[in-house]
Amino acid sequence: MEKEDGTIIGGGAFLHLGKRNINSAVDIRKLGLNFIRENEENIEIGAAVTLREIEKSNLLNKYFDGILGKTVSCIMGVQIRNMATIGGTICGKYGFSDLLTTLLALNAQVVLYKIGIISLEEYLNGNIEKDILLRTEIKKGNINAKYLNLKNTSTDFSILNAAAANMDGKCRIAVGARPGSAKLCYKAMEYIDKEGINQESVKKAGEIAAEELKFGSDIRSSEKYRKDICSVLVKRALLEVEK
Amino acid sequence: MLSSGKKSTFRGGKMKISLNINNYIRNIDIEPGDVLYDVLNKLGYTSVRNSCDTGCCGTCTVLLDGEPVPSCSYLAVKADGKSITTIEGVKEEAEKINNYMLNEGAVQCGYCNPGFILTVIAMKNEIKDPTETDIKNYLVGNLCRCSGYVGHLRVIKKYLEAIK
Amino acid sequence: MKVVNKSLPKKEGHGLIEDRLSYTNDLAPSNALKVKVLRSPYAFAKIEDIDVSSAEKIPGVRCILTHKNVPRNIITRAGQGYPEPSPHDKFIIDEYVRYIGDEVAAVAAETIDIAEKAIKEIKVKYKVLSPVLDFEKAEGNESVIHMEKEAHEMFPIGFNPVKNIAAEYHMHFGDVDKALSDSKYIVKERYYTQAQAHTAMEVHTCFAYIDTYGRLTIVTSSQVPFHVRRITSHALGIPLSSIRVIKPRVGGGFGGKQAVHGELLVALAALRTGRPAKLIYTREEVFEATYTRHPMRLDVTMGADENGIIKVIDMDLLSNTGAYGEHALTVFMVAGSKTMPLYNKAIAGRFGGKVVYTNNTPAGAYRGYGAIQGNFALEATVDKLAEKIGMDPMELRRINVIGENEGSPVFKIMGEGTEGVDMILDSCKIKECMTRGMELTDYKNKYPRQDMGNGKVRGLGSAICMQGSGIAGIDMASAVIKLNDEGFFNLIIGATDIGTGSDTILSQIAAEGLNVPYEKVVVHSSDTDLGPFDTGAYASSTTYVSGNAVKKAAVKMKELIEKTAAEIFETDNADFDGENIISSDGKQTISLSEFSNKLYYSAGQKQLMTCESFVGDVSPAPFMAGFAEVEVDTETGKVELLDYTAVVDCGTPINPNLARAQVEGGLLQGIGMAMFENVKYADNGKLLTNNFLSYKIPTRKDIGSIRVEFIESFEPSGPYGAKSVGEIGIDTPPAAIANAVYNAVGVRINQLPITSEKILDELNKRK
Repeated sequence: MEKEDGTIIGGGAFLHLGKRNINSAVDIRKLGLNFIRENEENIEIGAAVTLREIEKSNLLNKYFDGILGKTVSCIMGVQIRNMATIGGTICGKYGFSDLLTTLLALNAQVVLYKIGIISLEEYLNGNIEKDILLRTEIKKGNINAKYLNLKNTSTDFSILNAAAANMDGKCRIAVGARPGSAKLCYKAMEYIDKEGINQESVKKAGEIAAEELKFGSDIRSSEKYRKDICSVLVKRALLEVEK
Repeated sequence: MLSSGKKSTFRGGKMKISLNINNYIRNIDIEPGDVLYDVLNKLGYTSVRNSCDTGCCGTCTVLLDGEPVPSCSYLAVKADGKSITTIEGVKEEAEKINNYMLNEGAVQCGYCNPGFILTVIAMKNEIKDPTETDIKNYLVGNLCRCSGYVGHLRVIKKYLEAIK
Repeated sequence: MKVVNKSLPKKEGHGLIEDRLSYTNDLAPSNALKVKVLRSPYAFAKIEDIDVSSAEKIPGVRCILTHKNVPRNIITRAGQGYPEPSPHDKFIIDEYVRYIGDEVAAVAAETIDIAEKAIKEIKVKYKVLSPVLDFEKAEGNESVIHMEKEAHEMFPIGFNPVKNIAAEYHMHFGDVDKALSDSKYIVKERYYTQAQAHTAMEVHTCFAYIDTYGRLTIVTSSQVPFHVRRITSHALGIPLSSIRVIKPRVGGGFGGKQAVHGELLVALAALRTGRPAKLIYTREEVFEATYTRHPMRLDVTMGADENGIIKVIDMDLLSNTGAYGEHALTVFMVAGSKTMPLYNKAIAGRFGGKVVYTNNTPAGAYRGYGAIQGNFALEATVDKLAEKIGMDPMELRRINVIGENEGSPVFKIMGEGTEGVDMILDSCKIKECMTRGMELTDYKNKYPRQDMGNGKVRGLGSAICMQGSGIAGIDMASAVIKLNDEGFFNLIIGATDIGTGSDTILSQIAAEGLNVPYEKVVVHSSDTDLGPFDTGAYASSTTYVSGNAVKKAAVKMKELIEKTAAEIFETDNADFDGENIISSDGKQTISLSEFSNKLYYSAGQKQLMTCESFVGDVSPAPFMAGFAEVEVDTETGKVELLDYTAVVDCGTPINPNLARAQVEGGLLQGIGMAMFENVKYADNGKLLTNNFLSYKIPTRKDIGSIRVEFIESFEPSGPYGAKSVGEIGIDTPPAAIANAVYNAVGVRINQLPITSEKILDELNKRK
């Protein structure tokens, strides 16, 4: 960890697509971080847990409308999901990530070796110094959650994705693959808090979300298209989490 | 790295790992950056084929402790101590499935077939009575450019029916 | 028929999944030198200086090739009959590089790592030139891509490199302008089709070695071994007799391997070092530095009379052949020659345009070969015309489509780069295919649309297509059949099985002609020394052309067995029933097994062998009717393909399962081009879609149901009534899906691929 160019390997799914020379690497799988467990308050997922383990976990599928399993099952194929880890996803801060959007909507917290516990949002947005991710924690509760995306082929990265979580009447809305990484739609969330979820309000909330977020163009989509479908995905996600 | 210009490379000396390949435990010298495909190819397993080099196509699939993984991307060192199954390790079952494939005309160039059959076997072991949706979901990571996929689906349904 | 028209399992079916030495990489010697290629980082540049001195010093480097030390003989890499209709515009390595990916140097070293290290040590000084990256601005551009004096056409194809024109073609029949002015209904539309990548699962792989006799042997994943041999001879300046080319099992081609790729480099490395040398393309190299489909711009004008009879078709095209002109003219022409004849009541027609060079990855052969581009434009226009007339599009097609015993002036006018061959269709069941397809898809009720009420609308669209069976008067195939002791046969053919199953179906044809069980035929193909000539796997030629050669050889062998037996029996005749040979007077009989043993060892000893060839007088057309049912999400523009139904007339399917598989596979590639696949470049000409993460081919979940049925016609000139089936499957999806989307939501996408973004854009414009 002290070496400047030391690299931590999660699943290694994207490792060999990079152009780096790596002199030393640490495999965290042997640190015992591959647990999925719960205590009274939280669900805890170790950093080395693979996406496929999340998908198949009976424990996780009991909570949050099974949104975690439903989200990861959209990602590429079982082969990659047997390799890629939640730790790799979070630390990679990938824009294309589907899981980050859902975790953000669920208000996930990340536990780091040096710093301790911070919100996922802070981790994604802040300039956190080099650290080791130990686990992710999600507070249990009365939560309806929905994840949606729009893709070219079904194993492509999302052109846009969205997740909504309704926690005892308070909604969190996240949009990702903008192509930038997932962000919460605070203005839309504020609006829904005031108006509640109905056919009219979700439409407006979608439009607010599309206005407040920034989008970009890449080989998959133009900025305009992402903005256009943001309002639709947010609207649809909210409709599904109505209590 | 026999097959491609891998970009991230590990410098540093050799490592020793132990792999149980098709019930045969082998102690192997590897370079730290070797992926499973490199190791298996050097050992002569021509049924394991590299195609896209990015884990996207499923052609290079092998079973790691029974789970399908892309051998073109899976670091060999992470597989230390684990069991690997190539199609040779499930010969009887593979032949059975392949017979269905041949009777449907679903084998074309054959390049994706070993990876595909291994994934089918893993699915059969994992999911009882999979629906058509389950089948498509499980196998979506196995691309095929020749067959149009529909022949594969007919084969899998017949095979699953037969082994009930 | 005992063996033909049976779905027998493939001969190589078991071996392909086992640890056999099947594909090119399996066969390469482990001590082969590994070849790596340094490729141009610029779309257009001149190599002013190249210094390999530090690279050469690296231990383990055995040979470095640059433009300074390779033979300078200009060729075309296109795998076509000689003289090729493609311009000769490629050197093995040139001092000019013309696309990002073009060869600059090649290193052969003991290991891949050493070769890669040496590549990094090669110092190149480039003079960067201004690239031509927009094919609509290529003609007459200031930047001339091919100014080398050696570049030439083999016969007039309109080659005009100073204007960046690789080929040009024009034809017409009748008076087009008059026919248009006489038309009651006219529609005109412009279309764009994109470049598409083949993405065969096996990357381009080849190796070469010098054998004991000092001859160069090249083992390659190729569709065209004989053309590779000839082109290698011309490029290297060595006699044809000193080269042998072998094609082992191939993991898919689809046209992407219908040309020379790495063979020249490994050949030179082997010749220079005396060691075997192997080149395996990385997946990135396959995307960047092999071939794509020709992107095109197509302008179609169609005129019909008051009864809806299409009287005139005018097609004006611009095709982009990329940095080199492989297949430039011929793909271009097929966009008309295999589309316009569909509507043969036209009294006037015009087809023409130019194929231009740009500094993109070279375009080349790809299944459909121009017909899919032309079909998209033509069939979308037919739907548009139907709407203008107020007629159901399938009805419009029915009253206009070509039928049995009919011809088209286009057949005679348009051939393979030159004039064609006139043809009357002896077999054509396209109308029956259309009827059956409409039945299967419940067309009456589902056309044009069903509003699902939840923001989603379904639409049903259709298209018809035709292709050819080999190139008449040009493609030649031959077959050798040899009788062995114990009564089994070697079938030795040049025909090139690239996963299509030609080894299998040709064995079936042989067995049928010999009147023996399928198991008695042992097939060996695609070795230029051991087997007779075949042009290779392209132009849907294998079943029809190679199949006819095999049938002739088999029938002749049966006759030869009977004649030889009659001599031994001392009777006038003999009859072979598949197991035994019986004298014409019925008094003597001998089993084939015993007979063949005698011929080897004890009585009237001789080796019975037949060799027959075939060239088609005509290129009979297979036909297909395709129907696409889509569901469009009007809020996002996303299209779900619910069902694709195809009904095919390919004559007699020699192996119905394999024929069906060819159509299903072709459909998926056509669907990929219609909806999902797009080759994209950055502004500087760098290919952005150069791996499977960025270039997306359809997966199992991207299609609903695919249904394929056959309506059997009988083609009298084909082997046991067969035509071809290799390409016909790919042509209809772009038009059928575009038509279905229009029928669903009234939006016509004229630029492929049909994406959700384009649809939503159009829907929003109308609000």
